[in-house]
Amino acid sequence: MTNLVVLAVLMFAVTYPSRALGLLTPGLDRLPKVALDYLQLVGPAVLAALAAVTVMVVVGEDGEPSFHVGIEWVAVLVCLAVVVRWRNLFLGLLAAVAIVVIARAAGFSG
Amino acid sequence: MYGLSARDAGFSVIDAMAMSAIAFAGSAQFAAVGYVASGLAWPGIIVLTALLNARHLLYSASLRPWLRDVPLAHRSVMAHFLTDEAFALTIAHFRRIGRGDERGYWLAAVLFMFIPWNLATLGGVVLGGQIPDPSRLGIDIIFPAAMVGLAAGLITGRRELTAAIVGAGIGVTVGLLLGPPVGIVAGGLLGPLVGLLVPAAAAHETAPLGTEASAERYALPIALEHDHGHEHPGDERG
Repeated sequence: MTNLVVLAVLMFAVTYPSRALGLLTPGLDRLPKVALDYLQLVGPAVLAALAAVTVMVVVGEDGEPSFHVGIEWVAVLVCLAVVVRWRNLFLGLLAAVAIVVIARAAGFSG
Repeated sequence: MYGLSARDAGFSVIDAMAMSAIAFAGSAQFAAVGYVASGLAWPGIIVLTALLNARHLLYSASLRPWLRDVPLAHRSVMAHFLTDEAFALTIAHFRRIGRGDERGYWLAAVLFMFIPWNLATLGGVVLGGQIPDPSRLGIDIIFPAAMVGLAAGLITGRRELTAAIVGAGIGVTVGLLLGPPVGIVAGGLLGPLVGLLVPAAAAHETAPLGTEASAERYALPIALEHDHGHEHPGDERG
């Protein structure tokens, strides 16, 4: 086993608990209504946070996060508009990719 | 992209594949490649991996009410395959059909995520320079665009809308101050709290779970298989 395989095992060891705790903790499926309501809202909140942070926050080589403005904003907003209007995620993804490819080919690095 | 990065950082095929199969955590894998290449000590990598992946706790807690009928042993294995994308696909699917669906989870988490991720890793690390620059192909935009599209599919009322907007705002603000991983966790934790402040009477829920409106609302390009007979979390909420 190489050193990096050992590192992969250690990364698994610290990742698995956060993935398993909610799924395996006894009684978590018998929560009060307000807690279930809260969990229902986790999906939209965390997915929106993931998308926003991915396109708006970049970490430089110095490790410092900074605010990013680029063509990715337009691509993500167009995808959002397509999904809201036509309920078609695949079409939205195609539009987002097309915008980014064309923009970068035209020299917009964002 | 991960396979390419790993290859550039000097990972062997076995090293890169071990990361994808055993750790199976995209952003943490990318970070680990950078940390290893820069010589960061392992304890630092381990701590940062734990922080990066802390958001999975939110996912597993959120999925648990839907998977209450799934045997413990199955859930123990399911946990390893719980990623951002698997969560996004399955929660949208569960809400669309109004109940949990173990087969739907396996399809999303293993067939659509784990296997392609590992094949892509193998391709990247073996083929290396023969693959064109992924950023020129716009591949990097698929993740945030898919996340925002799936989030939009989960919004059926003012509570969800508020949670999403506040989650995104807090995520970016905290991400700029304390780093992206902390921002994502903060947005995922605090967005729903603010969403709950919207009174139920004013929530304007347009697609209650399990209804035709919900099925239409959450329709995704991929129709996941499902069976019938499970309760959904709303059953005991009255």
